Amino acid sequence: MSKVPVQLTLNGSDRSVFVDPGQNLLDVLRRSLGDLTPKYGCGQGTCGCCTVMIDGETRLSCLTLAESVDGCSVETVAGIGEGAQLHELQTAFMEHFAAQCGFCTTGMLMSAKHLLDNNPSPTRDDVVEAISGNICRCTGYEPIINAILDVAARRGSGRHTS
Amino acid sequence: MTMHSGRGFAAINYPIGMNLGGDPSQALVHSNPDGKFMVTLSSIDLGQGMKSVTRQIAAEALGIPVEDVYVDTADSDTGPHCMGSFASRGTHRVGNAVIAAATEARGVMLDAAAEELEVNPEDLETDGRGNIHVKGAPSRSITSAEACGAAQFKQGKTVSGRGIFLIPTSDVNPETGEMTPVSCFAHAALVVDIEVDDETGEVLVKDMQSAYEVGRALNPKLVEQQLIGGAWMGMSHALYETTEPHYPERDNGPVDFNEYLMPGPGNVVPHHISVLERPAPDAPFGGKGPGEMCANPVLPAMANAVYNAVGVRVDELPITPEKILRGIKANGGARPQGRPGQH
Repeated sequence: MSKVPVQLTLNGSDRSVFVDPGQNLLDVLRRSLGDLTPKYGCGQGTCGCCTVMIDGETRLSCLTLAESVDGCSVETVAGIGEGAQLHELQTAFMEHFAAQCGFCTTGMLMSAKHLLDNNPSPTRDDVVEAISGNICRCTGYEPIINAILDVAARRGSGRHTS
Repeated sequence: MTMHSGRGFAAINYPIGMNLGGDPSQALVHSNPDGKFMVTLSSIDLGQGMKSVTRQIAAEALGIPVEDVYVDTADSDTGPHCMGSFASRGTHRVGNAVIAAATEARGVMLDAAAEELEVNPEDLETDGRGNIHVKGAPSRSITSAEACGAAQFKQGKTVSGRGIFLIPTSDVNPETGEMTPVSCFAHAALVVDIEVDDETGEVLVKDMQSAYEVGRALNPKLVEQQLIGGAWMGMSHALYETTEPHYPERDNGPVDFNEYLMPGPGNVVPHHISVLERPAPDAPFGGKGPGEMCANPVLPAMANAVYNAVGVRVDELPITPEKILRGIKANGGARPQGRPGQH
């Protein structure tokens, strides 16, 4: 089968890549584009480790056909910080010990970022809903929920004081 | 439909390590010329914080800042042998090996410092901030970086140490079956409050209260995170998770996350933890580590709570709604057990 050319924006950079018909986006991100932050967990869309954002919406990259993101903007954890400066969600995850083995963390961060991008003052239930597609086997979720709520609270208090 | 509330309690002793032909772990420590130290292991950090804790232990034993210590681990090509990260043994076994290696390396560092300062190495002490000085005379001082540099560029010494910690195999007494499989025990007690629906058999976990005795909590935040996550996994183990629902048959066993039942972020249970610290004499700076014990008390406590709520004694895990409903049916209805003092 002939390769298919795909042009996309990955974390703000224009990238061109040839993909196999039927190849999934996760595979292309990891193998062809060298972005190892989305993880391969189950390969069937139930664990959430491969979560990325496509045109601002969270998507499971293991279930997304690479051909379908032609012309799209793809965001991964590799692009959420500013150079060496961590994103505030990453900092909060560290402060709250919201990662142990770390395998779910990149997917969790993308789900959390999507939530806060769209809902600056989420309730605890909103946070639970937002990460309900991401499986974590180490933390018991509580530190992750607290980290996300903490970022929202800090942003909220920042708005009030400025 | 009636919701029956129940409370269950369990207390456990949990052994550190195991008895399978000896239980060793090893560590190597060496300094680079800039005075930074590398700890080399092949122990696996599964996420509980092995690297952080061994780094702290090495810094403490060397007498230098934790920032000056690096841990290179999880590669048996470059690190010495470790029995593994299981049996709640990591902090205890690996930590002791790191202390042995760091102590030997510290000795060489002090020898090198003594030669530079023209004093006896026994008269030297470290301040934990990167300085080595003569006891009672802080002005007679050299940095650990200068001492390590002098050792390697002037004196021809490797600033290094080897460490092994071994619990030898304990033979079983053929008469009594007695043996000493472990070095020390950690302890935990846990109370769980639940509600059981006598129509659906579902268990709603309301609250957990626990006390864990882990020796010295070498890194209190890591201990806390491990206890929170581990107890949550214990709850999941008690009520949801199994690969063999008709054990020992594999029939109808789950094959992926679609079928494998486990709680999600919406099933988080409030958990109030007290960490008790009784430093163990044979443990690294007294730290036994939480290990598998995080999860274990939840299971018997949950079984007791179900019995307390509806009078059904489930003795196979997980305690599924089906097993509870069958028990209620066999008893001719829910039989709440109440609590002492409750009428």
